[in-house]
Amino acid sequence: MFGYAMLAIAVAISAMGAGHAQDTTDLLSQLEQEVIGDNKSATNYTTATFKTTRLINGHTVENVARGVLDVKISHRFGKLNNGLYELFGLDNATMRMGLDYGITSTLMVGFGRSTHQKTLDAFFKWKILRQSTGKRRMPITLSYVPTVALKTLKFEDPNRKNYFSSRLFFSHQLIIGRKFSEGTSIQLMPTLVHRNLVTYADEPNDILALGIGGRQKISKRVSINAEYYYQHPDYKLRGTTNSLSLGFDIETGGHVFQLHVTNSQGMAERTFITETTGLWEKGDLYFGFNISRVFTVGKRKRG
Amino acid sequence: MKKIFIVSIVCIAASLQANAQRYFTKNGFISFYSKAPLENIEAENNQVMSVLNTQTGDLQFSVLIKSFHFEKALMEEHFNENYMESNKFPKATFKGVIADISKVSFDKDGQYPVSVSGDLTMHGVTKKVNANGTVQVKSGKISAESTFFVKLADYQVSIPKLVKDNIAESVEIKVACQYDQKM
Repeated sequence: MFGYAMLAIAVAISAMGAGHAQDTTDLLSQLEQEVIGDNKSATNYTTATFKTTRLINGHTVENVARGVLDVKISHRFGKLNNGLYELFGLDNATMRMGLDYGITSTLMVGFGRSTHQKTLDAFFKWKILRQSTGKRRMPITLSYVPTVALKTLKFEDPNRKNYFSSRLFFSHQLIIGRKFSEGTSIQLMPTLVHRNLVTYADEPNDILALGIGGRQKISKRVSINAEYYYQHPDYKLRGTTNSLSLGFDIETGGHVFQLHVTNSQGMAERTFITETTGLWEKGDLYFGFNISRVFTVGKRKRG
Repeated sequence: MKKIFIVSIVCIAASLQANAQRYFTKNGFISFYSKAPLENIEAENNQVMSVLNTQTGDLQFSVLIKSFHFEKALMEEHFNENYMESNKFPKATFKGVIADISKVSFDKDGQYPVSVSGDLTMHGVTKKVNANGTVQVKSGKISAESTFFVKLADYQVSIPKLVKDNIAESVEIKVACQYDQKM
């Protein structure tokens, strides 16, 4: 009797001793299972598809975060093939100064002014779908970006009757983007550009274009970007060509520097998609850069 | 028959006791604070998982890196993307023991200073860590607190020269957990 009791106690104690470290690990894995293991309990949104809200000339699927103000200063120099006399274009520059602000995590607004044709532009960008895994699975991010631009350059012919509406340009863009891996993101950008006034009667007021762009990171803070906008050959303005741009993103803390070469001089949808005249094969290229600096303006709620 | 009865009673009692010693939390708190000449960086995480065995002193933590939240959205993005690489290393874990657990009387209210040692794994690197902390017992509730420093270089978190004045070499980690008993 006594022997059995002793044995039982010994077994119980040894079971306790051996079990404890394992017990703790088991319980923690059980908690992990509850909280993260079955990832159906939470939606995990994909972040950092691109480094900033612009790819080169056009938009990416990225928005600035809520309460964040992004100051953007962009330059396009003169044509590279102007040679040494113009220091390969550096003697001439056009620029755009702009401000972007995140109203919510899915809605941002922005405006800017370009020296190119003295144009004011404004837009908003709304993330309709966000790429995510977990509870809610979504393979892509879908954004809608409408813009309006006002050309304030003096009318070419002041003697004829000019309308204010002739200064206005509109564009509607959908951006379908996906971050395929940590380093690779690709997006498609179907775009409609509308102008109220065209130069020749046979030119279209509405131009449809399809953009494709992407980035490949080559280190944690540097990526190579490319952007191309295709216009139908029979359905574009005279003497224009498709926009093709190649560049780098370099990120340093709160700044993103974008350096690129493009055959487009303008930096608004209307100008680079439908008014590009430079030819890559002739070296009609513009060197340029965008600088982005973000400031946290609104207080952010901590999760 | 009687023998079997005694054996079962002892076993059941032993297993009950073993269970009663496990405490856990799913919403513990960890913050870190980096003090550097150009800026101070702070982040908080309120979804820390932890398990404490009050008899053996076994103490474990599991922390999702993505659950650290910053005041500045861009900092949070860079923290995940460039520094902690949270897609590659989604969580940090700690497996250790409270060395002087016997000094804590869990049935008596009080503050008990303790020392903890164990393995801290983050960013794919495991290192031994020692820290001092406090275990508090208040009307049956157990909570634990600790503050210690972690050197980023130890965990192969590389800081580019360009931002070396923005990020401290060692960051201060604060841990605070309120434990519930596991029935």
